[in-house]
Amino acid sequence: MTADSETVTASVRTDRPAARPVVGGIAHELRATAVVWRREMIRFRHDRARVGVMLLQPLLFLFVMGTGLASIVDTGGEVAFTTFLFPGVMAMSVLFSAAFAGISLVWDREFGFLREMLVAPVSKFAIILGKCLGGATAATLQSLVLLALAGLVGVPYHPVLLLQLLGLLFIGAFLLTAVGVLLSARIKQLQAAMPTSQLIIMPMMFLSGALFPIANLPEWLAVLTRLNPLTYLVQPMRGAIFQRLDLPASAWAALDPSLTWFGWPVPAALQVLVAVAAALVVLVIAVATFDRTD
Amino acid sequence: MAGTAAVRVRGLTKRYGQVEAVRGIDLDVATGEMFGFLGPNGAGKTTTIKILCTLTQPTAGSATVAGHDVVAERAAVRSRIGLVFQEPTLDGYLTGEQNLRFHGELYGMPRPLLRRRIDEVLAMVGLADRRKDLVQTYSGGMRRRLEIARGLLHAPAVLFLDEPTIGLDPQTRTAIWEHIAALRKAQEITVFVTTHYMEEAEHCDRIAIIDNGQIKVIDTPEALRGGVGADRVQIRTDDDRAAIAQLRERFGVSAAMHEGMVTFAVPGGAEFVPRLFRELGVGIVTVTVTRPSLDDVFMAHTGRTIRDAEKGSNKGAPHPFQLAARRR
Repeated sequence: MTADSETVTASVRTDRPAARPVVGGIAHELRATAVVWRREMIRFRHDRARVGVMLLQPLLFLFVMGTGLASIVDTGGEVAFTTFLFPGVMAMSVLFSAAFAGISLVWDREFGFLREMLVAPVSKFAIILGKCLGGATAATLQSLVLLALAGLVGVPYHPVLLLQLLGLLFIGAFLLTAVGVLLSARIKQLQAAMPTSQLIIMPMMFLSGALFPIANLPEWLAVLTRLNPLTYLVQPMRGAIFQRLDLPASAWAALDPSLTWFGWPVPAALQVLVAVAAALVVLVIAVATFDRTD
Repeated sequence: MAGTAAVRVRGLTKRYGQVEAVRGIDLDVATGEMFGFLGPNGAGKTTTIKILCTLTQPTAGSATVAGHDVVAERAAVRSRIGLVFQEPTLDGYLTGEQNLRFHGELYGMPRPLLRRRIDEVLAMVGLADRRKDLVQTYSGGMRRRLEIARGLLHAPAVLFLDEPTIGLDPQTRTAIWEHIAALRKAQEITVFVTTHYMEEAEHCDRIAIIDNGQIKVIDTPEALRGGVGADRVQIRTDDDRAAIAQLRERFGVSAAMHEGMVTFAVPGGAEFVPRLFRELGVGIVTVTVTRPSLDDVFMAHTGRTIRDAEKGSNKGAPHPFQLAARRR
């Protein structure tokens, strides 16, 4: 700092003593993250219509497709196909809204608000973390409606189970919001944003075991499911539900929710750890990719 | 405040590939000054502002804002500047007050101070009664005022306004300038404004005329007009061609047809008129004498009008002030 700059700062201080903002430090960064998160919550409240529409899709999957396919899918007789499908459909709905929350940065850019955030004296990390936490929270809150319907498909309302499911959904939602943010760092056109995000989410969804068991897949498909971070959330969700169902061995064999690496059964805790790590890696890449100057 | 420059720019250059948007700019803006950056679209105004606001890095040269280097001390610069961009940057789904609160939190303002400042700036721009309404219900002028309020919220040392009145109707434009004037009375602040509206540049203490990425001249509006050294005289006559010929032969003045009138530039236009009546052998129908406008200043320094520059054309009839400037 030169002598000149000292003078300028001093003159500003005498002019309006208390007005100089406190800049820098972890507290300031956290406040920035919190306020970006809060903005997502405010917008979520305004957006009830969209939330309603987005809930329609999983309901169709669960009750129409699930019931229709149940007649040709052999689940061993003990577990309804819709019960099997429930965690997958829930993950699907949450992940779609989470990815859209992330991709909404393209709208923020289009309407200029992104610039308001990026010129602030805070780190990109604080802003993008707030965005991801906000998108993940909104998507998880949305899933509460689906979770309320658990009883209709034979999933018990056990408080620990519900918390497990919500926790796993939150991690998945965070991961997908980060994926959406990463996409929006590169995609600048509104028209391209939606199709591109679909292009990424659909295969992630199909390869996660949300719609079919992954235990007895052909080799190439099995490898792809193991490379998909979502698998490490859908499988533990299904496992948690099945544990509460008191299933006979025949049902376990048919719908096996476990996940193996070269024949080794991966513990659920490690699976969740893999998902968390994936979410953080995507977050870091998203922050690095984001161009401050756009 | 003498000696402390709020903005200090040396040899600033910005190249985008082959295109040189800014070519070696030098300027100093004193603390408390209202400084205008005048030039056609594409002259390099926005690029310069972007560099000063740390949004893009210069290819060469240096700049300090509020005493801090725009490359090396970005966070320090950011916390000391307020910004109002050409394009709107508000969230329409938030209320006016929520937009301001968001800003204050991002800038790390202490909460009690933030609450007080929100009341102050909303009152200053006359939006106190609409604070709880969603911004999407605001008119264009109200949004612009809210953005100015937001730019001031954290009490910046320098406020950058990039085309603050673009896209607004004339009445709203006047209102925006009244707000800016009131603001400067209320608190000491340096204002750096870009515009391509000549009449708006008149509000500034000093103006830099920029064209093709280079500063042509920096001075007060008054001095710039004086520097042109000539008034614009327009006459309607019985025989325009003869009048032009006689003006050249008897008065040594080169005139041309502009706006359907014989138009020329002379120093002391008002004193020239009686002589004109005495000595011009052609009947005069009407006479208009105008003091040079900033349009004329721009023309004198760049050889084209700002409208020509925006159309990207250099053609058209020679303008009297271009001739005047070349003679000097």
